[in-house]
Amino acid sequence: MPHPMPQQSGVSKPMPKSSGRPNQLFRNLNSKIALTPMILVAAVVFFGGTIWTVIYSFTNSRLLPRASFVGLDQYERLWASSRWIISIQNLMIYGILSLIFSLVVGFVLAALMDQKIRFESAFRTIFLYPFALSFIVTGLVWQWILNPEFGVQGIVRSLGWTSFTFDPLYNPDIVIYGILIAGLWQGTGLVMCLMLAGLRGIDEDIWKASRVDGIPMWRTYIFVVIPMMRPVFITTLVLIGSGIVKLYDLVVAQTSGGPGNASEVPAKYVYDYMFQAQNLGQGFAASTMMLLTVAIVIVPWAYLEFGGKKRG
Amino acid sequence: MADVSTLNATGAALDAVRTELASGPRGKKPRKVLSRRNVMIYGILGLAALYYLLPLYVMVVTSLKGMPEVRLGNIFSPPVEITFEPWVKAWAEACTGLNCDGLSRGFWNSVRILVPSVIVSIAVASVSGYALANWRFKGSELFFSVLIIGAFIPYQVMIYPLVIILREIGIYGSLTGLVIVHTIFGMPILTLLFRNYFAGLPEELFKAARIDGAGFWQIYGRIMLPMSLPIFVVAIIIQVTGIWNDFLFGVVFTRPDTYPMTVQLNNIVNSVQGVKEYNVNMAATLLTGAVPLIVYFVSGRLFVRGIAAGAVKG
Repeated sequence: MPHPMPQQSGVSKPMPKSSGRPNQLFRNLNSKIALTPMILVAAVVFFGGTIWTVIYSFTNSRLLPRASFVGLDQYERLWASSRWIISIQNLMIYGILSLIFSLVVGFVLAALMDQKIRFESAFRTIFLYPFALSFIVTGLVWQWILNPEFGVQGIVRSLGWTSFTFDPLYNPDIVIYGILIAGLWQGTGLVMCLMLAGLRGIDEDIWKASRVDGIPMWRTYIFVVIPMMRPVFITTLVLIGSGIVKLYDLVVAQTSGGPGNASEVPAKYVYDYMFQAQNLGQGFAASTMMLLTVAIVIVPWAYLEFGGKKRG
Repeated sequence: MADVSTLNATGAALDAVRTELASGPRGKKPRKVLSRRNVMIYGILGLAALYYLLPLYVMVVTSLKGMPEVRLGNIFSPPVEITFEPWVKAWAEACTGLNCDGLSRGFWNSVRILVPSVIVSIAVASVSGYALANWRFKGSELFFSVLIIGAFIPYQVMIYPLVIILREIGIYGSLTGLVIVHTIFGMPILTLLFRNYFAGLPEELFKAARIDGAGFWQIYGRIMLPMSLPIFVVAIIIQVTGIWNDFLFGVVFTRPDTYPMTVQLNNIVNSVQGVKEYNVNMAATLLTGAVPLIVYFVSGRLFVRGIAAGAVKG
């Protein structure tokens, strides 16, 4: 990375340090002007906004934010609410399964694509196009395919297997798996792409060496290639992980949280309480919990990734 | 262990030499097209491709059927009688609440949101990235780090303070407000993208321009901008698909008559009143998905590059 700054100031104005640099603020002024939007966004919206929400989660704000603090009341109410508990459970099920499945499916597809196959770009185009679509479109399509009357269930029944039941969107016990199917359809293409890039980064000599040693291919993958791809896996994990917490549009489109509130998720809880139930305090508390969840995922990663480098 | 593998290796190497010496056929061993391995690879990939293509197929097929046929047949069968009526209806007549002018309203709203948002967000982010790469000052990297960490914070945490800020300025609910919101939340990933790109350009160019007396904006406009067309295309792809597909900001920061297409689509399909017209719904869904799909199929490899960089945002 270029560090042109010090040299330039040295070349253009070799002024003695003792003169106190009167124009410290105006040095590099254009750059400061150019970065004003970024500084405002970072300081006011991202930093300030987050702090504001966390602080106001300790108040009993309802229609409008009010600074009357009630301690942890909102959090107690939050964790006593069955809808929140369901939201958290759904997020856990969806999160864990979608991590496992998208990593496994994504990696297997990438490994197959890496076998010097023909039509590679056609396959890639097919696997990745759902990622270009919005969650709303994804949710609505799968709502239609999983429609019990006309969709998969209806077809299998019309083939003669009349007791066949597959109606995830209408059965509270399995509705989250119906959403998972749609979510995986949308997102695995991206994982496949990242994994494929990782596989292409593996030195050809590794493969030659393992072939010479007579190691079967699957063992090379598991014991040599996957450990070598650790950075790719971590990046993917962080990407999927931070996406899962934001799960919102897909649920809204596919089930609107139903049947009942069986497919509620935290992000929807936040939106509904902030903008519809006019219970801002609950919304702030719930969004703070979301922040905490993300922090649990991100902080260890950031520490390993960036803290480690500093120490050498 | 090591010894055995070395032995194996030597053995294999010797074998290789032996076959080389024997005057047999040369070149690679020809592969059978229908080997078990190939059948398995293409079989699995083909099945997976079917799974991925199925929803697109179902959308197209359903949207071309009339309602009686939808009710009778199954969703996978091709239309007996192709009709474009559902498309016309979805575009011009479908109802959300009291408005019955179809998705066209949402489409134009989305266009009106998209164009300024893409231009403003990319302009701001490219200048920021350029300043961060070439004109650092004390503290600039600190704010950049905050920005990047902010990319991981769920939107729900920052959305209400932003509503208050926009309301105070008096642009909450207006198009300007939404453009600002898209600029803000597009900033982390785009700034990162541009910063890394500009930092990768040869430093000598920058220095030469400095010596010739070019200033901040001159270097940006005359040197950096003309050299960074590819990265601008990647940024445009990220923003066009991202903003078009946005739902949350559309719901929070606009009023019903300026709802973007995604929001209107959801309202049309998930409205509880009236008879469900599945063919119209699917036509509407396809219409909404068309813009990002076209971007995807036209841009090809650049899209892959874009999402590899832009995935953080999703």
